[in-house]
Parts: sequence; C-alpha cells; structure tokens
Amino acid sequence: MNALSLGYLAAGLGAGMAVIGVGLGIGKLAAAAMEGSARQPTAAGDIRTSMIIAAALIEGATLFAIVVCLLLAISK
Amino acid sequence: MTLTAAALALGLALGQHPAEPPPAHATAPEAAPAAHAEHGAAAAEHGAASEHGEEAEEHASLPEVMMHHVANGYELEMPAICNGSFQWNCKFDLRKLTGGWTLSVGGVKVDMTPSKHVVMMWLAALIVVVMLVVAASRRKLVPRGFYNFFELLVQFVRDIAIANIGKKDADRFVPYLASAFFFILFMNLLGLLPFMATATANVSVTVALALFTFFVTQYAAIRAQGVGGYLKHLTGGVPASLAWLWPIMIPVEFLGLFTKPFALTVRLFANMVAGHFVILALLGLIFSISVFVAPVSVGLALAIFLLELFVAFVQAYIFTMLSALFIGAGLVHHDDHHDEHGHAGDGAAHDASHVAGKAPGHG
Repeated sequence: MNALSLGYLAAGLGAGMAVIGVGLGIGKLAAAAMEGSARQPTAAGDIRTSMIIAAALIEGATLFAIVVCLLLAISK
Repeated sequence: MTLTAAALALGLALGQHPAEPPPAHATAPEAAPAAHAEHGAAAAEHGAASEHGEEAEEHASLPEVMMHHVANGYELEMPAICNGSFQWNCKFDLRKLTGGWTLSVGGVKVDMTPSKHVVMMWLAALIVVVMLVVAASRRKLVPRGFYNFFELLVQFVRDIAIANIGKKDADRFVPYLASAFFFILFMNLLGLLPFMATATANVSVTVALALFTFFVTQYAAIRAQGVGGYLKHLTGGVPASLAWLWPIMIPVEFLGLFTKPFALTVRLFANMVAGHFVILALLGLIFSISVFVAPVSVGLALAIFLLELFVAFVQAYIFTMLSALFIGAGLVHHDDHHDEHGHAGDGAAHDASHVAGKAPGHG
C-alpha cells in the first residue's frame, strides 16, 4: 500500500467516477433533447445542434478529471 | 467517455508488467483503421524496429508505448528509404536533421529545436494557407466549386461570430476566429492520418491557442470600454463607496480572467488525448491478452476512430464558438443592450453571396 499503488488505485477509481458523472449528465441532456424533438419535430435540427454543443461542454469538464487520472496513472 | 475510462482501467491493470508477446510488434495504431482485414499486416508493418530505438530485446509496457505515441518527441517516423532499403518506419531524428536550434535571449539559451508536434503544426498551417489561397484565387462573382466550399465554411464561422459578438463588430474578429477554426481543425485531422501526430494533444499548443483567445478578448474589452472602464470592471461591480472591498475583489476577478482560457486549454487537449488513448489501449489489448481478441479490438478501434473524426470537428467548432462568446461578452458594455446580441443559432444576417444553402451543423 505505498503511495504509488494508491495513486494507481485512485486513477482507476477516479476514471470510473468521472464516467458516472458524465453518463448522468449527458443522459439527462439527451432525454430532454429527445422529448423536445418529439414535441416539436420542426425544431429537431436546432435541438440537435444545441445538444451536441452542450454535450461537448459537459464532456470537456469531465475530461478535467480524466486528465488528473492520467497524470496519476503515468507517474512512476 | 465510458471507453476512455475502461481503456484507462485496462491499461493500468494489464500494463504494469512487460507485455508477453514479441515486443517488436508493440505498436500498430495508425494503420489499423484503414482496413481492419489487414490487422495482421499492420502489426508486421510497424514491426521493423522496436519503438524505443533499442534493439528488439527490451520489453515495452503498454502505458509506455501509449505515451510514446501521444507525447511529443524528436523523432519522426515514416516510410522512407533509409539504411539502403525501403522501411515502413524510418526514424528521422530532428535534432540531427536541424542541428539543434537555439535562441539566445539575454544570457539564456532557449532550445528551439523543432519537435514532432512543431512539425505537425507547420504542416497544418501550410495546408490551411495553401488551400485557402488556392480557393480564393478562383473567386468570381458567382461562386462555384472549391471556392464555394470554402466560402461555406467561412460563412459558417462568420455566423458564429455574428451570433455571439453582434453584427456591428463581428467582421473585425472573423479573421482571428476563422484562423483558429481552420488551424485547430487541420491539426486535429492530421493526427488521424497514418504516421502523423496530433499537435493539439500537446498541452503547450492548446495553451498557446487559449492565450491568443485571451489576448484578443482583453483587447476587445479594452477597446470597447476604454482602459478605465476595463479596470472598473475588474472590481466586479463593487462601487467606490465600498472601496475597502477592492483588495479582495480585484485579485479574485483578476484570477477569474484566467479560468476561461484554462478551460479552453484543457477541453481541447483532453479531448484529443483521450481519443488517441482509447484507440491505442484497444489495440494494445491484442498484445496484452491474446491475438484472438483482434477482430473485436480492431472493430471497436474503428468505431472510436469515426468518433474521433467527429470530435475533431466538434472541438474546433466549440473552441471557435467559445472564443466568439468571450469576445462578445467583453464587448457587451459599450452599447446599450442592442438586440443585435444574438441568440446563437438564430440564423439571421446571411449575406447574399452564399449559394449552397444551409451551413453545416444545422439539421
């Protein structure tokens, strides 16, 4: 249980938790987009564009966490 | 996202000991998606020399190989004739080719030898300049062909600018936004070709791009509000009667100026690195587990590759859109809330010169 092993463990756990966060976030986003498109199919194109932009921003925030995990994972 | 995390976990779990199968075949990332029926041939193609320049007896672990492919270095590898015969991965050491470039600033020597990512940036810039000069040289009154296609893309960037900055000032910033968009797009796309690297997977490159946006944003804000108005906004709206709060507000606001470029940096960097990591990890599983996972592995890697292609475009678009948003946010104070401050995606203000119809990204 030295520091390096704990670091590797933390990297793996952190990656998993980051995925939980982004899965929930983008899942809610996609659900709202589907519902909006179903209610008003003529707005589907605009909704799709906004959905992609919002998904990229949410994913960007999650990738902060992944970068920290990568830093832990590649350390010696 | 899921796959990045899974790839990370797998790489950690499997990669801490040297890979068992022949280490000389330790990489085959970029050629694989070209045709996944040739995955065996792809492994052999890159097998000529071990990745670490050592003579084929040293075992490389999976994380080391993955980092080697994503990180910067001074060796270019491409198919060429060296050592008297054609090899699939001839190594060209940039330090030997250029002899080492140094810049002396005062008494300090700065090492400016071009590295792999610098060469990729030059290549992307060259491609952008050549394509746009060729396209613009065919300009006629009625656009057609190559010029029409580029006008579509530039119109797309201009729409982003108008939606976020407002019709009055947008044209001043469209050159910067268009340059950023095309440069980032081509750097991202170059990383997907065989034998090339992604320059935007280097945090120094994305920091530099975010710094350009930062300087343009501050220039726009100072120009619109004047230096006095700009400094006044740094107090965060606290009036002069509460001036004792300023020593708290001003440092916090000053640091807050840097969070947006930081976010731009890490978003672009992490998206590019994550995609390549997943592909490399999936292909590395062939070597870590067994050769029989190859069909599944290469199939998944191909799907991730297509996702990477999409992410290349989306990240260039997001960078440009957020830069325009930040520039527009700095300009908002100098006019009295005109309603030109657009609703993004409005689609208004198309000039007459486009023929081809909808901008990409809608519908």
